[in-house]
Amino acid sequence: MGGTNRPFHPVLMFEFCADPKAIDGLKWMACYLTTPKHQQFYFSFLIVLALIAGTAPLVMLLGFCGAFMRRSAILPIKWLGHIYTSMVRGVPDIVFFLFVPIAMDQAFEYTRHRILCPEVTEPVYRGNDFVVCTAAKLPLSSSPQWVHETYGFILAMIAFAVVFGAFAANTIDGALRAVPKAQLETARAYGMSERQTFWRIHLPQMWTFALPGLSNLWMVLVKSTPLLFLLGIEDIVYWARELGGTKTSFFEYPHPDWRAWYFLSLLIFYLLLTWVSEKAFAALTRRVSRGMATQGGKDATAGNAAEPEIAGARL
Amino acid sequence: MSCSQAIADYGLRAIGIGLRQLPKSDITLCDQIVLIGSGMLWNIYFAFFAVILGFFFATFLAVCRASQSKLFSKPAEWFIFLFRGSPLFIQFFFAYETFVLLPRAGIDIPLGFMTVTIATGWLTKAWLGALIVLFLNTSAYSAEIFYGALKSVPRGDLEAADAYGMSGFIKFRRIVWPTLLRLAWPSYTNEAIFLFHATTLVFFSGFPAWRQEGDSLYYASYFAEKTFNPFIPYPIVAVYFIISTVILILLFSIFNRKLNRHLAPEKQTRIRYRPQLMR
Amino acid sequence: MKSLIIGVVAAAFTATVAFADSHAVRMGTEGAYEPYNFINDKGEVDGFERELGDKLCEIAGYSCTWVKNDWDSIIPNLTSGNYDTIMAGMSITDERKEKINFTEAYFPPDPSAYVSLAGADAEVINGNVAAQTNTIQAGHVSSSGATLVEYATPDETIAAVRNGEADAVMADKAYLRKLVEESGGELEFVGEDVMLGTGIGMGIRKSDEEMLAKFNAAIQQLKSDGTINTLIEKWFEMKGPY
Repeated sequence: MGGTNRPFHPVLMFEFCADPKAIDGLKWMACYLTTPKHQQFYFSFLIVLALIAGTAPLVMLLGFCGAFMRRSAILPIKWLGHIYTSMVRGVPDIVFFLFVPIAMDQAFEYTRHRILCPEVTEPVYRGNDFVVCTAAKLPLSSSPQWVHETYGFILAMIAFAVVFGAFAANTIDGALRAVPKAQLETARAYGMSERQTFWRIHLPQMWTFALPGLSNLWMVLVKSTPLLFLLGIEDIVYWARELGGTKTSFFEYPHPDWRAWYFLSLLIFYLLLTWVSEKAFAALTRRVSRGMATQGGKDATAGNAAEPEIAGARL
Repeated sequence: MSCSQAIADYGLRAIGIGLRQLPKSDITLCDQIVLIGSGMLWNIYFAFFAVILGFFFATFLAVCRASQSKLFSKPAEWFIFLFRGSPLFIQFFFAYETFVLLPRAGIDIPLGFMTVTIATGWLTKAWLGALIVLFLNTSAYSAEIFYGALKSVPRGDLEAADAYGMSGFIKFRRIVWPTLLRLAWPSYTNEAIFLFHATTLVFFSGFPAWRQEGDSLYYASYFAEKTFNPFIPYPIVAVYFIISTVILILLFSIFNRKLNRHLAPEKQTRIRYRPQLMR
Repeated sequence: MKSLIIGVVAAAFTATVAFADSHAVRMGTEGAYEPYNFINDKGEVDGFERELGDKLCEIAGYSCTWVKNDWDSIIPNLTSGNYDTIMAGMSITDERKEKINFTEAYFPPDPSAYVSLAGADAEVINGNVAAQTNTIQAGHVSSSGATLVEYATPDETIAAVRNGEADAVMADKAYLRKLVEESGGELEFVGEDVMLGTGIGMGIRKSDEEMLAKFNAAIQQLKSDGTINTLIEKWFEMKGPY
C-alpha cells in the first residue's frame, strides 16, 4: 500500500552534502541523517501521531455505541453488544488487524462494483483474483499515490477503532454502572425525565469513573501503533528497518547493519510519548475528580490502580 | 470429514515432528485447522512459562517498588516504566537486534574460583529469546498490578499481624501476600489473557522461524498467503484463541475461589469478563 | 435546477469514465533487493527494474506509478487488486504460475548461490541456511536437507550470516555479489551455484490478459533492440545473453 511520492517535498539540507563520497565524520553524519529518505522517516512519526489522534475519537464513538448496545432493553441488540465486546477481548488484536482491513477493502469494492458496474456479469471472484471493474476500484488506479496511502491509513484507523472501541465499550459501560444509584434517584425525585437525568447527571458523573480505564486505553493505543507496519503502512518501524539495514555502494551512504540504533530511537520515542501521556492524564484526573465524594474523588488513580481493566494489553 | 491424515502429517509440525514440507497446493480445511492448531503449542508454551516465571519476579518487583529505600524502589520503578512504557513489538525487535550482537561463543564470567560461560547462542532463538522478553514484559505489568494491590492491603490486617508479633517475612508470607493476591487476582487474570494474546507477535517481529516451525499466527499467515484467502485461516486462529481464553479464565477462576474461600459470599471478589474498574 | 443536477451527475459519471479510460498502471515492487529494486537515498524506488519498468510502460502506453509492498504479501495484494503488476526480482516458477501470469522473462535465469562467513567449510550449505520467506531459495533449502531459517526481508538473511545466527544464506547471485565484494573479506561464496526458476518475469493477474500481451510485446521490443542488455550490463556489471 505504500508508495514513493510523498505529499511533502524533501529538500537538500546542507550545501556540502552534494557529494557524499567526499565527506566524512560529523559532516557525513549530518548529511546522512538529513537525506530525503530520512526526512520520510521523520515524517512517519507524524503519521503515527496522526493515527493516534484520529483513532481516539472513533474509539470513543464505537465505545459509546457498544456500551449502549449492551445496556439496550432489546435483547438481540444487547447480545450483539456483548458479542462484539467479548469477541474482541477473546481474540488477539493482531488477528483483527491482519483481517479487518482486507475484509473491509473487499466489502467496499464489492459494493461499489455492484452499484457502479451493473453491466458486468462475470463473477468478482475469479479463481484467485478478486476483480472489480476499474471504476469500482478504491481508490481508483489513476488516483495519485497519496490518495492510496490515505485510504490505507483510513482502513488501518477503522481496524484500530473496531478493536479499541470494544475495550472502550467495556470501560464506559462499567463507568455508567458505577455512578451511585442514589444520585440518579435524586435526579428523578427532582422531576427530571429519563433523558434529562442521563444528560445532566449520569453522563457527567460517569467521566470520573471512566477516566482511569480510558487513560489506560490511551496508553495501549499508543503502544499498539507499531502494528501499522503489519498493515503495510510505511510507519516508523518500516523506515527503521529499511534505513537500518546494511547498505552497499548502490546507495549514496553505505553503512553496516545499524538496525539496533534505529530501534533504540523508536524505543525512546515511545517511552517519551507514554511518559508525557501519563503526566497529562494525571493532571486531567485531578481536574475531573475535584469535589467528587467518591472513590475517584479521594484518590482516583491509586484507588483503581489495582484493577486497571486492560493493563495487560501491550502489543 | 476425517482429518486423521492431516493430524498424522502436521499435528506436531510446529515442534518439528511430522512432514518436513508444509502443504503447498491442494490445501484442505483439515490442513489449516491441524497446522494452526499445532502452532498453538508455541503460544501456550510462551504464555505458560512467561506467566509462571513472571509471577514470582513480579511479586519481587512489587515489593521492591513499595520499599521505603530508594535503592530498591527506584530501579523497580524504572524497570516497570521501561517495559510498560514501550510497545512489546519494539521490545521484540530491539531484543533480537541486541541478542545477535552478543558474541556467539558465549560470555565468560570469571567468578574467581571458576569461570562460568554463558551460552548466548540460544538467545536469538524464539524459544528462549522471545520467552525472556515476554517474561520481563509480563513481570513489569504484573508488578504494577501487585504494587497497586499491595498498597490496598487493609491497614487493620497489618496492625493485627504486628499485634501478633509477626514481622518481616512471616508477616509478608501469611498476611500481605494472600491479601495482595486476592485483591490483584481479577486484574492479574486479565494480564495473563493479554500476555497469552501477545504471544502471537513473536514470529511477526524480529525472531525468525526455524524449519518453518512457528506459532498459530505464523501458519495462518502462511495459509493466507498460499490460498489468497484470509477469510479462513484468521478466523481459525480466532476460534482457537477464544477456546483457550475461556479455559484460561476457568483455571484462574478456580484459583480465585480458593483465594476467597474464607470470606463471606458478598465480600468475595469475582473474576468477571467485564471491567474491573469499579470496586 | 434540474438540468444543473443532471449536469453535475453527468460530469461525475464522465469523470469516472475518464478515469477508467486512462491507462494508469500501478507497479508493485519490494524495494529491498538491490540491484533489482531498492529505495535510494532520495526515498524513491530505484534499480534495474525501476528503469526497465518505466521504459516498458512508455512503450505499452501506460502511465505507471511504483508501489512498495512487503514480499510476503506481494502476490495476494496483486490478486486483490492493490496494484496491477509485480516487478520484484520474482522468478517464474510453476507454483506461482498457478496463481498469476508472468510475462516472458526480462532477466535470464540467474544462478542462486550460497554465501557464508569467509573460511567456512563447504558443508555449511547443509547446516542452518537463511533465506527469505516464500522465495524459490527458501523452497530449495527446505527440500535440500538443510535447516531453513526464514526472514521477512533479504537484508535480514545477510545479517543472520554475519552474526552467526545462520551458517549460510541462499539468494540470487546477483543480489549477493555486491554484498560479498564489499564485505571486506568477511563474506564469501560457498558451494556450488544452483539454477532455480526459469528467469525473472513481470507478474500480472490472470484476468488481465490485455496487459500481459502489451507488456510481452514491449519486452520483446526492448530485447531485440538491445536495451535490456544495456540495462543488465549497467546494473549487474555482467553481459546479458539477450
